[in-house]
Amino acid sequence: MSGWPLWEVFVRPRRGLAHGHVGSLHAPDAEMALRNARDVYTRRQEGVSIWVVSAAAITASSPDEKDAFFDPAADKVYRHPTFYDVPEGAKHL
Amino acid sequence: MDDALLTQVEAAESDLRTAAAARLAASTFDEVIAADQKIEPRDAMPEAYRKTLIRQIAQHAHSEIIGMQPEGNWISRAPSLKRKAILLAKVQDEAGHGLYLYAAAETLGVSRADLVDALLDGRQKYSSIFNYPTLTWADVGAIGWLVDGAAIVNQVPLCRCSYGPYARAMIRVCKEESFHQRQGYEILHTLAHGTEAQHAMAQDALDRWWYPSLAMFGPPDADSTHSERSMAWKIKRFSNDELRQRFVDMCVGQAEILGLRIPDDGLRWNEQRGAYDFTAPDYAELMRVIKGDGPCNRQRIEHRRRAHAEGAWVREAAEAYARKHATATVAA
Repeated sequence: MSGWPLWEVFVRPRRGLAHGHVGSLHAPDAEMALRNARDVYTRRQEGVSIWVVSAAAITASSPDEKDAFFDPAADKVYRHPTFYDVPEGAKHL
Repeated sequence: MDDALLTQVEAAESDLRTAAAARLAASTFDEVIAADQKIEPRDAMPEAYRKTLIRQIAQHAHSEIIGMQPEGNWISRAPSLKRKAILLAKVQDEAGHGLYLYAAAETLGVSRADLVDALLDGRQKYSSIFNYPTLTWADVGAIGWLVDGAAIVNQVPLCRCSYGPYARAMIRVCKEESFHQRQGYEILHTLAHGTEAQHAMAQDALDRWWYPSLAMFGPPDADSTHSERSMAWKIKRFSNDELRQRFVDMCVGQAEILGLRIPDDGLRWNEQRGAYDFTAPDYAELMRVIKGDGPCNRQRIEHRRRAHAEGAWVREAAEAYARKHATATVAA
């Protein structure tokens, strides 16, 4: 078991919703990971579809880079519709 | 209690979202903790915080895994097919809870294999309660009602724990535990309202499980070594004694409905405190059991070691299959 890779598990709760991360598990291959994910994460009809992704295949942003990554979006309020004054009487905007 | 329990879990979930929405000026460890936001796996955290969490989450995971044994003992002898199916589902849940928790611990940089080794060679502990034997079918009921009940009282506040993966695992666990507690209560209720012998069996189970269940909350506050720092870090939200009191206050009414007597002559309502006075469990016994000298300590660990060793061929076969399959894919 020590050598078994880690898999991240994503479940689509219902038709129409996106897959969301629910947890992780170890398994020797993708097929077993999928079967184990069924047993561990969907014992109570929590999902209609499961993805398993090898954790090694995920590239994540680092918390250290958080500011450099996300701060540039902070001062661009004009990206939100609420930034704009809508003249009185203008419809369908 | 159960409605209240699920309401509390949902409140914890919604507070989590509210706190997460607040924008922090800076996100250092102390500021995140102060704002009731969550620390996530790759965030900077004090080494002692990381170690405390690993110890606590691993011990919790081990308890789920060892906790399968006392009840597993009754699967083949459950009194009906319905009870057997329910018990199987419950024991399978315990395995699932162990896995959620091992996965949460691994986000702190330990490997599951090392944690399993630490359990098997005794370096890490599990809850003292699972070192008591399940002598009769009524014990399965008592475990659901009292042991899972005490675990829930302990665990609901952990849904608000400052470490994100642990808090999220606890939300899942608590939602599932509520079925465990109800099924145990139902078993005892059926027995307590059955024949005289069945009633006596239910009472005997309560007599034996009451004090060990009270001891599950750990030593009294004055002697609790890790409590204060864990409270400051918001890993823990209430003291051992506060949670024990909450559990006793909950159980009194439930025992009355069962028609069973809590084995405590000192149990009485205290108007001033607005809570029940009760006799404390034998903490010296708790320490003895934690140190390895309970009725079933050796049996539990031996069984776990044997199951682990006897499962080796399954793990090896799965690995061999994966290797063969991977080679075949490359060749094609």
